[in-house]
Amino acid sequence: MSTMRLLAGRTLSAGPEGFAEHAARLGHLPHAGRDLTEVVVRSGLTGRGGAGFPAGLKWRAAAARHAQVLVVNGAEGEPHSKKDRLLMSTRPHLVLDGALLAARAVRVKEIVLYIGEHHTIARAAMERALAERPAADRKHFRIAAAPARYVSGDSSAAVHLVTTGIALPTNAPAAPAMVQNVETLAHVALIARSGEDTGTVLVTMAGGVARPGVLEVETSSTIADAIALAGGATEPPRAVLMGGYFGAWVEIGQAQGLTLDPAALRARGLSLGCGVVGVLPGSHCPVCETAGIMRYLAGESSAQCGPCFFGLRALAEASGRIATQGSNSEDLQRLHRWAAEVRGRGACKHPDGAVMFLQSALSTFGQEFASHPAHRARRSA
Amino acid sequence: MSRHYEIVVDRIRCDGRGLCAELLPELIRLDDWGYPIISPGPIPEHLMPLAERAVEDCPVLALTLRRTEQGKRASR
Amino acid sequence: MPDTFLWYVTRAAGAVSLVLLSGVVILGLLSTMRVQGEGWPRFLTTGLHRNVALIAVVFLFLHIVTAVVDPFTHLGWGAALVPFSSYYRTFWLGLGVIAFDLLLAIIVTSLVRNFIGHRTWRAIHWLAYGSWPVAVIHGLGTGTDVWSFWFMLLTATCAGIVLIVAGYRFMAGPFDPLHTARAVFRGSVEKRELP
Repeated sequence: MSTMRLLAGRTLSAGPEGFAEHAARLGHLPHAGRDLTEVVVRSGLTGRGGAGFPAGLKWRAAAARHAQVLVVNGAEGEPHSKKDRLLMSTRPHLVLDGALLAARAVRVKEIVLYIGEHHTIARAAMERALAERPAADRKHFRIAAAPARYVSGDSSAAVHLVTTGIALPTNAPAAPAMVQNVETLAHVALIARSGEDTGTVLVTMAGGVARPGVLEVETSSTIADAIALAGGATEPPRAVLMGGYFGAWVEIGQAQGLTLDPAALRARGLSLGCGVVGVLPGSHCPVCETAGIMRYLAGESSAQCGPCFFGLRALAEASGRIATQGSNSEDLQRLHRWAAEVRGRGACKHPDGAVMFLQSALSTFGQEFASHPAHRARRSA
Repeated sequence: MSRHYEIVVDRIRCDGRGLCAELLPELIRLDDWGYPIISPGPIPEHLMPLAERAVEDCPVLALTLRRTEQGKRASR
Repeated sequence: MPDTFLWYVTRAAGAVSLVLLSGVVILGLLSTMRVQGEGWPRFLTTGLHRNVALIAVVFLFLHIVTAVVDPFTHLGWGAALVPFSSYYRTFWLGLGVIAFDLLLAIIVTSLVRNFIGHRTWRAIHWLAYGSWPVAVIHGLGTGTDVWSFWFMLLTATCAGIVLIVAGYRFMAGPFDPLHTARAVFRGSVEKRELP
């Protein structure tokens, strides 16, 4: 592991790091061609967009099928996630370096910066950073706005927008393109300079912590460490949602010792996902929280596949009924049955993510779901 | 060795017409909203003609038959 | 007399074609509307639609061949395929040829549906809404006993049912349960122009 850090340099509140400062701190863009792919493979870098696929393997596959476009995925459609925006607005040149290095390694001439349409600060910083670059680098880039929907960040939706103008997930994988998350590419910029990964990840601490926001933590850090770094919990927590809305609930006793290491989490059947660590305060009802998130996810279905659109809506309604009117065995049975039926029957991963989230809630909060009284939910932060 | 096929649904193209479940109830049933749930695994030899008909008759051409690989499970 | 015999066959086959093709259109509309009932599965509607269309082609073929070989009409084979190329009742016959050509396009594309893909097939299938009315008008214009009671009744009945069913199909909103939701979502993710 190298000692470099993504967020090293000027304080984050001081705005984007300019090109001169970036070059003074890290040196200019390393000249690395196709052999960089093997360096990335050896570093063990995994994607930070949510799927956690090994980056080097993705590059090899993209080169083999002669990919023509690199999509830098900064859509960040996950509501609580802030890490990609933070990187783009404070360390834009790390992202640009990573993109240029990846493009050269995979022999791609066109790079699209796919930035959330409402992320104006991030986009302005990236535009300014591009303007500071030499024309020879700048000419490869263009910026595309990601519509503010949850599925806009899906790889196939990103490619679909770039090629046809509509951000809809598709059946086919992103054939002519390679999609890589902003943070992953920032890591690449450092790996190219040191030969090793940083051994850190960016997480967004959310929910019942004193200072919610982005932290760069070592992968050996535990969730308890991260909570402490975020100022501690506002009240004794009940559970943690590891990985955002497509993640899984973990009861606090189990969660505290978990390390924020993608491989370690995967071994426990969990995932770092998009890096959101949601802390559920003890006074918040997990059933109501789950029902609220299900309602959101159901509303974000792209309505292309019946099982996703109707299934998630029905699951949201059933969990909503349990939340507001109290537990009943029919809705509980329906949740289990529909969840099992919906899984795997959409074109993209949206229904799967939502269903696995719900299943983790049913398993972690089984008692609460079975005996929930009727009451109004407490809105979370 | 006889070839084995599985039924694959294009989930975006499928719009819940349900002819497939009418023609091949042994392997296809409809969920609560009319969309097909397909039993995983290769299609038994004696059901192949019906499977071919289900694929042919789908009004939106959402079904295809795909050769299964040895040991690979079919998708739903 | 031979002339009269061929002429009777032409008109009879034409009338049968009219009934069958009207049935085909009705079955096609019922397919789109996803009708089904106790003991009437959806694949029956689509299966009948296809098979009745093929039977209709047989009678249409008979109708056209007997018309062409009939010495009274002096039609050549070209007249059967190229609209408005006959001397005999040029306009009304021409309409029949148009209706037939459109139907041919529909049937051929349906037979090769697997190769041309659903979208192309569907686009050409819409020609059915052109073919059928043109065929009906052709029927009203070319027959010598066209104003006879039975033929008028037949045409009125067929056309009436088709129009009622078609009216329902076009008024009763989208039959795809995802239609509205999909359109709404699509609208929210179309390309954003950057300032």
